[in-house]
Amino acid sequence: MNTANRATMMLETPFHSRVKELCQINDWGNWMGFTTPNAFFDVELEYFAVRSTTGVFDLSPMNKYRITGPDAEAYLNKMVTRNVSKIGLNRVGYTVWCNDAGQVMDDGTIFRLGPNDFRLCSYQRATDWLLWCAMGFDVSISDETDHLAALAVQGPTSCTTLTQMGLHDLNTLKPFGMREYDFEGEKLMISRTGFTGDLGYEVWVSPERAEPLWDQLFEAGRDYLIKPFGSYALDIARIETGFIQAGVDFVPAEEMVRPGRTRSPFELGLDWLVDLEKPLFNGRKSLIAEKEKGSRYRFAILNIDGNKPADHSFILKGDQQIGTVTSAAWCPTAKSNIAFAQLEMPEGGVGQEYVAEIYYQRELHWTRVLAPCRVLDGPIFNPKRRRQTPAIPH
Amino acid sequence: MTDFDAIIIGGGHNGLVCAGYLAKAGKKVLVLEARSVPGGCAATNEFVPGFKVSNCAQWLYQLSPAIIKDFKLKSHGLSFAAENLATIALDASENHLRISGDSLEGAGISSEDHENFRVFRRKMRKYAKLMQSAYEARPPKLVEHDWRDKFTMAKLGLGMKGLGKDDMSDLMRLILINIFDVMNETFASEQLRAALALDAVIGTPMGPRSPNTVFTYLHRFFGETQGFTGVSQVAGGLGALGDALSQSVTALGVEVRCNQSVTSINKTHDKATGVTLASGENLSASMIVSSADPVTTFRTLLGYSNVETGFARRIEHIRTKSGTAKIHLALTALPNFKGLDEAALKQRLIIAPTMNDIERAFNALKYDECSDHPALDISIPTLNDPSLAPPGQHVLSAIVQYAPHSPKAGWDSLRETFLDRVIGEIERYAPGISDLVCGKELLTPSDLEADFGMTGGNWHHGELTMDQVLMTRPAHGATQYRTPINGLYLCGAGSHPGGGLMGLAGKNAAQEIIRLGDAA
Ligand SMILES: Cc1cc2nc3c(=O)[nH]c(=O)nc-3n(C[C@H](O)[C@H](O)[C@H](O)COP(=O)(O)OP(=O)(O)OC[C@H]3O[C@@H](n4cnc5c(N)ncnc54)[C@H](O)[C@@H]3O)c2cc1C
Repeated sequence: MNTANRATMMLETPFHSRVKELCQINDWGNWMGFTTPNAFFDVELEYFAVRSTTGVFDLSPMNKYRITGPDAEAYLNKMVTRNVSKIGLNRVGYTVWCNDAGQVMDDGTIFRLGPNDFRLCSYQRATDWLLWCAMGFDVSISDETDHLAALAVQGPTSCTTLTQMGLHDLNTLKPFGMREYDFEGEKLMISRTGFTGDLGYEVWVSPERAEPLWDQLFEAGRDYLIKPFGSYALDIARIETGFIQAGVDFVPAEEMVRPGRTRSPFELGLDWLVDLEKPLFNGRKSLIAEKEKGSRYRFAILNIDGNKPADHSFILKGDQQIGTVTSAAWCPTAKSNIAFAQLEMPEGGVGQEYVAEIYYQRELHWTRVLAPCRVLDGPIFNPKRRRQTPAIPH
Repeated sequence: MTDFDAIIIGGGHNGLVCAGYLAKAGKKVLVLEARSVPGGCAATNEFVPGFKVSNCAQWLYQLSPAIIKDFKLKSHGLSFAAENLATIALDASENHLRISGDSLEGAGISSEDHENFRVFRRKMRKYAKLMQSAYEARPPKLVEHDWRDKFTMAKLGLGMKGLGKDDMSDLMRLILINIFDVMNETFASEQLRAALALDAVIGTPMGPRSPNTVFTYLHRFFGETQGFTGVSQVAGGLGALGDALSQSVTALGVEVRCNQSVTSINKTHDKATGVTLASGENLSASMIVSSADPVTTFRTLLGYSNVETGFARRIEHIRTKSGTAKIHLALTALPNFKGLDEAALKQRLIIAPTMNDIERAFNALKYDECSDHPALDISIPTLNDPSLAPPGQHVLSAIVQYAPHSPKAGWDSLRETFLDRVIGEIERYAPGISDLVCGKELLTPSDLEADFGMTGGNWHHGELTMDQVLMTRPAHGATQYRTPINGLYLCGAGSHPGGGLMGLAGKNAAQEIIRLGDAA
């Protein structure tokens, strides 16, 4: 069980004792009720650990659900937009799921542990929706959030570090593959997945094995400059590599209060996740209608002149406001000023040029910058090592 | 090629009416009825050898005259044993109140209340007329604005305007409060208040103080727009209505098969293609029209796995509680009701002395218990129709408010007690009646559910509450008789305008299906 800290009323993850020790600047955030570090010592240096050596991120607060039973595959196929039948055994798939109106409720990953045995990781607490979706299916659903501790181990030396720790032949694991290893008398599950767009893994153990995992990992990674990283560094990495985040780049559909504020997968640039050939899934009818009628918005990755992050900026075309920025960061590796924007259709075609209206403040002095920007054809950071198998040794 | 153009699930009156109109439009139609006879809740049963009774619905008070005419029901055997009966509200001290149309008799009603009653009914008639414009058409949709819906809305709107400012604001006020308050502010006589309040709660799991009860009152009062000023009794019991309808639609080319229980609605992709029967037989049709209640239709027959989750959740949320039971007594002789002659016993008798008595009876239902002193709506059908029992003997049938679907103690242990309790209640007004009982039957909401296949045993196939009427009946995604599955339609009481032997759900559904034509 995760324990609540009486002083802060926040839950602590199974790694908390270790995380606390390394969190030098005491900058804590709230992730779904868990106290998690925004930063450990320096956001940029943490970020560079991910891009240059190995960064470790505690993702235990991630909601994890186990879905089993004869109808498990059929059930997931109805719930999510992509075709789960195409996710092979010991493979992982990224997906979104929608409400009937075809608006994205959440995104997450599906781990196929058996023919009818899956783990679903979600940003939102999902028990209620998962159970509603289960009506008419022979499945059982259990919340494993508290029963699994997890670390993201990301960066060019991550494979080598984990191999050092004893996960032999890890370099043969393909992207989105997963595998089990013996660890401290139990099974450790590792998947080649992550939220940084780099070579990287996610390691899953029981909460009882969390501390030994952390200790052994940091021991093995010492020579490879292993560092923990917090959510601010993660944010830069995910923006650099084009990953949207629930609650930031879209409003989870069933939490929306004001009509029209939600987005469809098409409007989030996730067409590739939507399999309209599937006979039935939540939102299908509405998405087919949207295909016919056209979407309201287009997701765009913008490359913005200058180095002022375009947080919350309006995007202008001439003097007309055509969209807003949902995520923005100066991306150090790509040396680019990147923003995700929601642009009103038909705007947002690749190569289109607009102006970002950026406001920033220095010593109580607000400045407005009108920075030219251009729609990119995809994420700006997408290194080969992310996909290469066997993973490159160091 | 399919076996039929349309398969109708359920041969209740709405299913048959829908089938008939579709046949008139040239469709090849099959009706599949699980029970051994057509008619659904319009049924007659020999509950004791030699004694027959309308074993679910007992009165006709809102059947559309257009349907009687369109299907020539009179020439197919429908006849009334009695029409537009008075309602007699029984009083323990024999001060009975007789209500007939606009007139009140007895019970020391003040001249003010006589006038109040006329004014009240005039107002209700205006409101019922307004409902009529909405009831006799498909319900408008909430969001999309089709011209047809606009027309219905306009009629509603014009009707509202026609009401005048005072009546309209009064309607808006009334519809949101409850019958208890309305009665208190309108009448001085408690006996009169209670008699009218009973009409508001019959067939609902609500008490006089519950919100929605002005709407349910109006729903019943709607019958006045269909030419009824009181309840009528069908000769041979209500099964005769089922038979007449079945005969008539058969003559129109509809095939009506009884003892055919549908176990699933089949589909490819998102188009309904046919049904599977309990026998294992598969039948195909280009459209399936279900008169089974919406929860049965989607949960049991189609399966929630075949519809999107938000929709399934809305269907699962449809409230289908019932507090209504039926009791049937076989009597060796005509009972003697204190202060009532034989002519009076031919009328509709009700036992609901005060609104608080009804409310207390309702209290029990909240906790899934049986009322100590249930309110009763009684018919002695054999007086108007001697064919229902051996000569000189009689049947008493009563609608009982309130009995739960699933009492904590279970019906097995309660059945006899509750039956005797109801008889005891009648005995107070008809001393000696228990000695005349030679056979008796209690149909609880769960018995009614099992026999007639309606979820919860609910009179309306889904409660008639403000959130489950008009453009939200039965639920968003299944309004206007259409469903998320192409080729699958609803036509029963669970859809607009709701339950009661009215036939409008079946008729509106058929019209909508015909209108959609091949576009469907
Ligand atoms: C106790 C009680 C008393 C009532 N009294 C009155 C009254 O006095 N006056 C009045 O006007 N109204 C009364 N009502 C209400 C009225 O009976 C109903 O609202 C009305 O009968 C609904 O008609 P319907 O045709 O829509 O459905 P139903 O009459 O319920 O018919 C539906 C039919 O579908 C069949 N069916 C269901 N599932 C399947 C399946 N899977 N396969 C095949 N067939 C299936 C059922 O067997 C049934 O015959 C009463 C209701 C109850 C419960």
